[in-house]
Amino acid sequence: AMAAQMTDAHRRFLQVLMSHGIMEGSEARKLHRRCCEIHKVYYAHDKLDDFISTINSHLQPLFMQIRKGMSESDGRAHYALVNLAETEITKMASDYTENELELFRKTMDLIVLSENGFASSTDILNLADQLKTKKMKKKEVEQVLKVFVEDKWLSERNGEYTLHTRCIIEMEQYILSNYQDMARKCNICHSLVIQSQVCESCGIGMHLPCVRKYFRAQTEPRCPQCNDFWSCDIP
Amino acid sequence: MSQRKRSKGSGFSQGDDGDEDFNLSQMPTHSQVQRNLERRSQDQVNQKVSELVQFLLVKDQKKIPIKRADILKKVIREYKDVYSEIVNRAGRTLQQVFGLQLVEIDTKHHIYILISNLPRAEGENLHRDNQTAKLGLLIIILSFIFMKGNSPKDSAVWEFLRRLRVQPGERHEVFGDVKKLVTEEFVRQK
Repeated sequence: AMAAQMTDAHRRFLQVLMSHGIMEGSEARKLHRRCCEIHKVYYAHDKLDDFISTINSHLQPLFMQIRKGMSESDGRAHYALVNLAETEITKMASDYTENELELFRKTMDLIVLSENGFASSTDILNLADQLKTKKMKKKEVEQVLKVFVEDKWLSERNGEYTLHTRCIIEMEQYILSNYQDMARKCNICHSLVIQSQVCESCGIGMHLPCVRKYFRAQTEPRCPQCNDFWSCDIP
Repeated sequence: MSQRKRSKGSGFSQGDDGDEDFNLSQMPTHSQVQRNLERRSQDQVNQKVSELVQFLLVKDQKKIPIKRADILKKVIREYKDVYSEIVNRAGRTLQQVFGLQLVEIDTKHHIYILISNLPRAEGENLHRDNQTAKLGLLIIILSFIFMKGNSPKDSAVWEFLRRLRVQPGERHEVFGDVKKLVTEEFVRQK
């Protein structure tokens, strides 16, 4: 079926989403309602995904998309405006200098290849010392990391850095194809997982919210793959 | 990195490498553009339109006005002979899909910004919090400058801000390095 026309309600939604970069599900639903009210467009309650499909059909020729993904920290659905063209680091390319991009790529390596999905600031500072494009001093690294956090490519927690939900939603395909077997997929939901709990026996990984959901119904937590006792703390 | 092809019959020539690569005083006329278009595949031109739309959106999010020279150098490149067509299509796309308008704020130096076509709505937060605060500070500074007849001394502006407890020496809670914000970021944003 032909997708519906864009209305000013769709455009306003898109402008607001774009200025935030990423929005949590309930925020997005409120925004949907508000946009329809402002522009007196028929508001179909609970049809946010249809509303977004209309926008997406017009974004498609521009290689952009509003994509839904799950936050690894709270399990909630989020919507992000993403760029589909080529490898995703290129989208950042118009915003950052060459050595900043190199730092980001190397930080991403650390994060994806780590057990828990985090890279410490110490480890990142060590990377900065070895950049091929141009070295960075400590103060500069701290400033660049701050910008990456503000721009929602990284999240920070207790001096450690992981990928922001927006980054994961946007770069999932790139990460899976670039890191191949070294990037994990969650055993439950089959999406890319950065912060994972891993089975000590068979090595499968799961998102923390997926672990919580899966084991909620079980008396004895056992690995869904190998059935061995699940040794990590259930979140 | 830059192309040195000579496009036959396109009515302009490319300068030397570097800043003169895109000699802006020799842009093709409308009819030349239409002819040049016929020699390009639709897909290729559409691809450039998409790239330009994305480029403009990214720059606009940073609230930095966009220079035509940057557009030519970073996006248009060897498609300069159909530049006006690409820009027109990008402008239409921005309106139809995003409700944004491409506006030339400086016709001499060819500098653009994007503004929203949509009517202003009450209580809407289009910006992240620190951006809204920065905007507030900017408006206060501009009001002060306006009140003083458009050319107060630097020292007068800082004295005014000092009374509002915004000081260049100290690190402000919300604004951080105030001196840098005012002298670099705000000036860059024009």
